[in-house]
Amino acid sequence: MASTNSPAGPATGFNIWRLWTDERHRGILSQAIVVILVALALVWVADNTRTNLDNRGLDIGFDFLADPAGIGIGVSLIEYRSTDTWLRAMTVGLLNTVLVSALGIVAATAIGFAAGIMRLLPNWLIRTIIATWVEFTRNVPLLLQIIFWWTLLLSLPTVRETLRIGDSIFLNNSGITGPSPVFEPGASAVLIALAAGVAAAWAVLNWARKRQAATGERLPAGWIALGLIVLLPLAVYFASGEPISWDTPTANRFGRLRGGLTVTPELVALWFALSTYTGAFISEIVRAGILSVSKGQTEAAGSLGLKGWQTTRLIIMPQALRVIIPPLTSQFLNLTKNSSLALAVGFQDFVGIGSQAQNQTGQAIEIVFSWMVVYVSLSLLTSAFMNWYNARIALVER
Amino acid sequence: MKIKSFTGMAAVAGILAVAGMAVPAHAATLDDVKSAGVIKCGINTGLAGFAFTGDDGKWTGFDVAYCRAMAAAVLGDPDKVKYVNLTGANRFPALQSGEIDVLSRNTTWTFSRDVDLGFTFVGVNYYDGQGFIGRKSLGVKSAKELDGASVCIQTGTTTEKNLADFFRVNNISYEAVPIETNSEARTAYQAERCDVYTTDASGLAATKSTFEDAEKHMVFPEIVSKEPLGPLVRQGDDQWADIARWVLNALISAEELGVTQANVEELAKGSKNPEINRMLGSEGSYAKMLGLEKNWAVNAIKADGNYAEIFEKFVGPKTPLGLERGLNALYKDGGILYSPPFR
Amino acid sequence: MSMQPFHRAQKDMLAERPPPATTTGTLGWLRENLFSNWFNTGLTLLALYLLWTIIPPFIDWAFIHADASGSTGRECTTEGACWAWLDQRIDQFLYGFYTASEYWRVNLTVILLIPALLPLLFDGIPCARQLRYFSLAYPVIAVFLLVGGIGLEAVPTSSFGGFMLNLAVGLSGIVLSLPVGILLALGRRSNLPAVRILCVMFIELVRGVPLITLLFTAAILLPMFLPENWSPDLVIRVIVVVTAFASAYMAEVIRGGLQAIPKGQYEAAQAMGLGYWQSMRLIILPQALKISIPGIVNTFIGLFKDTTLVFLIGLFDILGIARSLQQNQDWIGKVDAEGFLFTSLFFFIVCFSMSRYSLNLEKRLDTTNR
Repeated sequence: MASTNSPAGPATGFNIWRLWTDERHRGILSQAIVVILVALALVWVADNTRTNLDNRGLDIGFDFLADPAGIGIGVSLIEYRSTDTWLRAMTVGLLNTVLVSALGIVAATAIGFAAGIMRLLPNWLIRTIIATWVEFTRNVPLLLQIIFWWTLLLSLPTVRETLRIGDSIFLNNSGITGPSPVFEPGASAVLIALAAGVAAAWAVLNWARKRQAATGERLPAGWIALGLIVLLPLAVYFASGEPISWDTPTANRFGRLRGGLTVTPELVALWFALSTYTGAFISEIVRAGILSVSKGQTEAAGSLGLKGWQTTRLIIMPQALRVIIPPLTSQFLNLTKNSSLALAVGFQDFVGIGSQAQNQTGQAIEIVFSWMVVYVSLSLLTSAFMNWYNARIALVER
Repeated sequence: MKIKSFTGMAAVAGILAVAGMAVPAHAATLDDVKSAGVIKCGINTGLAGFAFTGDDGKWTGFDVAYCRAMAAAVLGDPDKVKYVNLTGANRFPALQSGEIDVLSRNTTWTFSRDVDLGFTFVGVNYYDGQGFIGRKSLGVKSAKELDGASVCIQTGTTTEKNLADFFRVNNISYEAVPIETNSEARTAYQAERCDVYTTDASGLAATKSTFEDAEKHMVFPEIVSKEPLGPLVRQGDDQWADIARWVLNALISAEELGVTQANVEELAKGSKNPEINRMLGSEGSYAKMLGLEKNWAVNAIKADGNYAEIFEKFVGPKTPLGLERGLNALYKDGGILYSPPFR
Repeated sequence: MSMQPFHRAQKDMLAERPPPATTTGTLGWLRENLFSNWFNTGLTLLALYLLWTIIPPFIDWAFIHADASGSTGRECTTEGACWAWLDQRIDQFLYGFYTASEYWRVNLTVILLIPALLPLLFDGIPCARQLRYFSLAYPVIAVFLLVGGIGLEAVPTSSFGGFMLNLAVGLSGIVLSLPVGILLALGRRSNLPAVRILCVMFIELVRGVPLITLLFTAAILLPMFLPENWSPDLVIRVIVVVTAFASAYMAEVIRGGLQAIPKGQYEAAQAMGLGYWQSMRLIILPQALKISIPGIVNTFIGLFKDTTLVFLIGLFDILGIARSLQQNQDWIGKVDAEGFLFTSLFFFIVCFSMSRYSLNLEKRLDTTNR
């Protein structure tokens, strides 16, 4: 933080009051005044709240979390039944928030980089289309876009006209359904093998990069890595007697697909809206980042004999990323916060389930409090990282 | 500004920390309303037939009519209402905090709301119950055959809990498709995002009436819950609760006694029926007991008519909603609507 | 291999010829921008196909086969869009439930906004000095015009609605948050630890949570935090919360501006013997605010779009009015897309023009600093 070495401290110009003339006294005095005022305000608010709660005969406390929630939840990462407690329901909501934020961040980054790079293509038509899309997406409220995507997804074929992709993937306006893995005893070995494969692949890629830097020799490290990730778990899978089976969805008499894994249109609409909206902002950041790299770099890369794609990947991007990363992080933060608009299409995230809980139990203070704690914690983690990174890359004067 | 910075945290932390000696000071709502010259009435943000805006932007509807009757009874003018539109989530805090004086927003009278949330329900102005609507092509005749169905449901209402209970009791499974608003739930149901839509029977009728292919849909016979809807006020101000209760009773009694918007002025001058006379103020001093003007009930009935007139005007068979009186007919007409006597 | 001597030499100057037709003019432009190679040509064709599948059906739906007359949705019988509600409901979309005879006050407020903004947004305006005083007075005039009192019929804030509510919440949020944001930004860079910590806590708390949770706070909790019967109208509470929200973002924008001011400026101000507030007011803030304007405009665009969230707590902004139209008995199921499209258009026009302005300004500031 730059504030510690800021020279703009109190100076000795005032002669109104003795205390003010001494810098140290004045500093302490003004801080004391501010702190007392803030404390008084807080006490006043707390006292009002207490009076109001007493007058209305209301209790405060988190006891309600142990009561059965009694609500249905459409999408849940963990097992949930309507007889479970509010605590569990809120956990489901929190996980849903994390889920949609994570999905959104990945997709928004992909969309943003793709669109940002495409806006610098020589093709005028593509550039113009992307620019128009970016302007529309950025300048229309996200809430409207979420409802738009949801309405659009509802116009997919109905359950009676379900589309089949291959044998076991189904698409209709109630979602896309595919088989889900069922882990039997012994499946953990396969998962461990998968993790080991990923770790080994990472090591191979790293080693190959170092080797290329040292000797200039290129190895087919990508294929080796892929082979490790795919073959290692596969080998363990067959060796341990196929402990993972697939739960294929089947249609019941209403045509509803049960079993397997369903991604609902509410989740997809929210995901699309969040990732295109944030993606549009990211594309601007990426474009500005790439443009900030001077043209001489491209020309120098060209004279070294690098091809177009190599230039982008090896010369432009590493430099552009220094400019791109800080605002990108704040876009990720925005996306996470914006995921709370899930409420509008009934995807039950942390805010959605919290508002249901508030509605059913009347415990407004506790629920708003838990919203604040959860979102501030999520944001602080990112913010801390951003401030640290910002301080690191800031240009040092003198 | 720093005050705001802590609103969330400070409330919880502060309440535990500060030992204030709070003296409950119950303001007399009637005096507040009289001095403000306007009654603050909480209504829905929009529900066909019950609270909706016309092209002129004025609020009307079944729930709104009660607000108008209250204003007429207390202030002598049905237009002296400040409508506060409330969502499912903020209706109760609004009443608790005094932001509104009375809540007339199709709210179900339940034990926990009455007892735990600190409200007083003053009566029932609409007996409703939760039902299901589904396509006839499902081949289902009863809600109990819905095992495995997807059910659209509006969140933040008693219906979502009822639904969970119903399926649990009947030991059948369902997929909940929770939707925030009624209009989105309707959109989702029409797009076949779900097989059935569940809400209050009045809402189902309203929804069905808007379908172009209404004949292809059916409302299932089961009513899975009791939803007595009625106005409510804060607990602890008995005088105000009495006023709210007896304005409602006056509207219902007026129907029973044949007092209408058209003839109320005439009957107020005196009639052969002593109960009418007591209600309309030409006999006894009932108004004084409530702390209101003598002609309070006359004004209330003049606002939008008696219960039957209000029902016919906003939700009855001739409106797009097309609701039958059913349970909401007077007890002597086969319903259960019954006002205690003015005696 | 034997080399042949090169005999030929050009003796006369050749007449100047135009460049090949395929490299200039429309044709050349097309070739260079759209069909320079196979990949490029493929992209162009794909893009053309996409446009072909989207634009003609849209125009057909929105205009050619649209219905624009009738008093209920049932009279909209064609395949296309239903715009029949426009002439009855446009007032509600613009003014909400504002007293109809007083619409001129809203119009006047919006018109007066132009001279109030001019001296702030553009350089070289005639009579800029006088206009600046007007800009300072504008918020007071606007509040007086909209709310009434002293000679004007009072209009309760609860009847604010439609696009006017979005403007009112957005504009008052941004105007009020500017001074608060400046104080917070200075506080965050202050070397008084208590002040700094309080400011950082406020900024990070507010920036950390979604606006919707703060709006719920305004709707549900704020009345609980205030003495009984003290609670102002929901619109006012929303403005307070939105101001707090915007202030935190504003503080960060201004902090960026403060950080960009070279250290020498601070030192020079001190060397001149200026006190803290003097040096801030006379030297640092004028420079910092100037370079922060694009960021401030962007904050406003974000805030303005976010004003649609007030519909989730039961206020009737333009989106709320669109929803109530969509739920109206007469229109239900007929105007879903139309209502949203109409609403989007409003936001697009306002936000797009502001973002153009901000971009333009960034470019201008860029050149002056070099």
